[in-house]
Amino acid sequence: MRIGDVLFQEVIVTYKIVSKKQLSDNVFTVEVEAPLIARARKAGQFVIVGVSDEYGERIPLTIAGADPDKGTIRLVFQRVGKTTAQMADMNVGDSFGYVAGPLGRPTHVEKFGTVVCVGGGIGTAPLLPIATAMKQAGNTILSILGARNKELLILEEEFRAVSEEVIVVTDDGSYGRKALVTEPLKELCQRDPKPNLAVAIGPAIMMKFCCETTRPFQVPTVVSLNTIMVDGTGMCGGCRVEVGGKTKFVCVDGPEFDGHQVDFDQMMKRMSAYHKQEQQAHQAYQEHRCKIGLDRK
Amino acid sequence: MTRDEERLQELLEKQQAGLLKAADRYEIPSQPMPAQDAVRRRSNIDEVALGYTETQARLEAMRCLQCKNAPCVQGCPVRIRIRDFVAAIAEGQYDQALSIIRENSLLPAVCGRVCPQEVQCQETCTVGRKFRDVEKSVSIGRLERFVADRDKGGSLPKIAPPTGKKVAVIGSGPGGIVCAADTRRAGHDVTVFEAFHKPGGVMVYGIPEFRLPKAIVQDEIDVLKKMGVQIVCNFIIGRTRTIGELMKEDGFDAVYIGVGAGLPRFMGIEGEQLVGVYSANEYLTRSNLMRAYEFGKGSDTPIARSRRVAVVGGGNVAMDAARTAVRLGAEKVYLVYRRSEKEMPARIEEVHHAKEEGIEFHILQNPKRILGDELGNVVGIECLRYELGEPDDSGRRRPVPVAGSEFVLDVDTVIVAIGNGANPLIQQTTPELEFNKWGNIVVDEKCATSMKGVYAGGDIVLGAATVILAMGQGRTAAAAINEYLTQP
Repeated sequence: MRIGDVLFQEVIVTYKIVSKKQLSDNVFTVEVEAPLIARARKAGQFVIVGVSDEYGERIPLTIAGADPDKGTIRLVFQRVGKTTAQMADMNVGDSFGYVAGPLGRPTHVEKFGTVVCVGGGIGTAPLLPIATAMKQAGNTILSILGARNKELLILEEEFRAVSEEVIVVTDDGSYGRKALVTEPLKELCQRDPKPNLAVAIGPAIMMKFCCETTRPFQVPTVVSLNTIMVDGTGMCGGCRVEVGGKTKFVCVDGPEFDGHQVDFDQMMKRMSAYHKQEQQAHQAYQEHRCKIGLDRK
Repeated sequence: MTRDEERLQELLEKQQAGLLKAADRYEIPSQPMPAQDAVRRRSNIDEVALGYTETQARLEAMRCLQCKNAPCVQGCPVRIRIRDFVAAIAEGQYDQALSIIRENSLLPAVCGRVCPQEVQCQETCTVGRKFRDVEKSVSIGRLERFVADRDKGGSLPKIAPPTGKKVAVIGSGPGGIVCAADTRRAGHDVTVFEAFHKPGGVMVYGIPEFRLPKAIVQDEIDVLKKMGVQIVCNFIIGRTRTIGELMKEDGFDAVYIGVGAGLPRFMGIEGEQLVGVYSANEYLTRSNLMRAYEFGKGSDTPIARSRRVAVVGGGNVAMDAARTAVRLGAEKVYLVYRRSEKEMPARIEEVHHAKEEGIEFHILQNPKRILGDELGNVVGIECLRYELGEPDDSGRRRPVPVAGSEFVLDVDTVIVAIGNGANPLIQQTTPELEFNKWGNIVVDEKCATSMKGVYAGGDIVLGAATVILAMGQGRTAAAAINEYLTQP
């Protein structure tokens, strides 16, 4: 049997969910069968997920981990709209319509020295493979994990395993320090020697302020952007963002960029382009869900 | 009998008696394409051009002079024996007409609809020349569509015995479909890789339903499947697997790259990052592939609910975007183009249809900046008037801005349809391939690239191609692949 025949066995997968865990109220993690992606993916890359073939929306999700032997990838998502709500309603054994990838340029990993990893909310999930790869390249990892409250904090243990130091902050002080991630980030930048690199992944507003925090210290800061996309392969241009005054495409030029060059304000406006329609769709789905009794577990 | 049927009967009798002269043929009126009512079609996505009746087709075919030198064939990028298939239609031999077309083109139902005939076969037509009006040429495209639409399918091309060789076709657009069919016919084991979740390429994500019904594309894909071609969706060459891996590890002996259009071009003017500014690629993909026109009625992909739209550009893609905006409910759609209407690259029929649907043409005008409100939403587009100056490299008169002629169109959506660059994925991940400075793959006359066993065609080679050009290259590459794979 030629290797090509093996390829086909692996191609004909059904993107089946093999495990599912609810991390907090609205945050879920699933392991999905996708052997070729599991093998090809590198830290920092993402996939496009569609719940159904015909009518589903294509949404980009950063890969939070992979097991090439098992042929699975791990995704972490937050229930925010209709598609993620549908995903949250899926169970082990159910299949996504499709998962395509891995997309985007992998994280540039080398020995920088000390790398600060800042994760906010579910941004913590895609940050983990990057922190792991940076650690493997010989860097010292200092991690800052932020969440609105204790309940929403994810992957703390995993980060402790790869980090020299982990600083946890919550907005309400229910766990760790009561602070925003920028506060400990500033303190780390003030250390002597200062960190060689910062990697910040989280809500756009958090990444923006992380960049403002590191800028005066001239600590290079990488951010991973999660803009609106359709194809994800460099065709539609919907994911464009201004970086250093130039138009860049998150799907093929990114998703990681020099955060000090990114025009976050514009990006955030573009990200809310469909806010109203998304809310309507989500609401309609919730009503439909109640009628068919999905919410009565 | 209707007047047309009587006329056809008279002409046929005259022809049988050997009395039909060129002058008689010139007198047959050019047959208009039946179309959906312009007002009604503004609010549906069904096909606009309805196709000739049998009588119309035969009358139109009778207009052909059967020129000895067949200038129409010279005008066709894939050299379809046009004169002969038109003669077959005049005789009522539709199956024969179709098989003549099929010698050179595998997608007649598609090409009959989307080919820019007026700059190809119909441009060189003697009848059109005689009337000094390309619109009076024999309507070759409509005739091609007529016979293709009558075909009930069913008959599959003959497949040669298995060769044991494997061919990978990257992209399932027109070039990929043709290359897959032709290499499969030679007995090779063929796999088509498609990045999207649905095959068909630009014919599915780009060209709207009202111009090319998706069922027609699906039929072509089904034929491929019945021929034993494997189609793998959601597979991104360069990312899921590289070309190197396909050849070294997965056992593919030859590869055809037909990945199509790449990153959309923007104008580089102020305001292009505002909410409500789309590339035509994105706008059309949302509407066509993702069915955003059914948002909330099944489809989950949103699209701007526009009141007033400006589309920038003058090609088919610009027309498609403008006409899609109308169907999505826009009250006013402007088409802004910096040259004159004569220079528009769009098919004449699309321009006619667009105007009938109420799209307002702003020719010799070009955007200067896009205006936004404090929330970052588009509120207008500032344009400059232009006049035509000296001819440029393309031979078209260069438009020059008229100083101080700025004015503002009140719009909430801007769709930029000024072309595409090359898709960067293959270049990023295939260092062995030679690219030109624009990121297009360099190929020879057989569509062979710098990498052994790897061929390429369509937009990724030509920059901006048409369906027929991509198809032609898919065919050229397939012939070269078949030759390459039979070498000892």
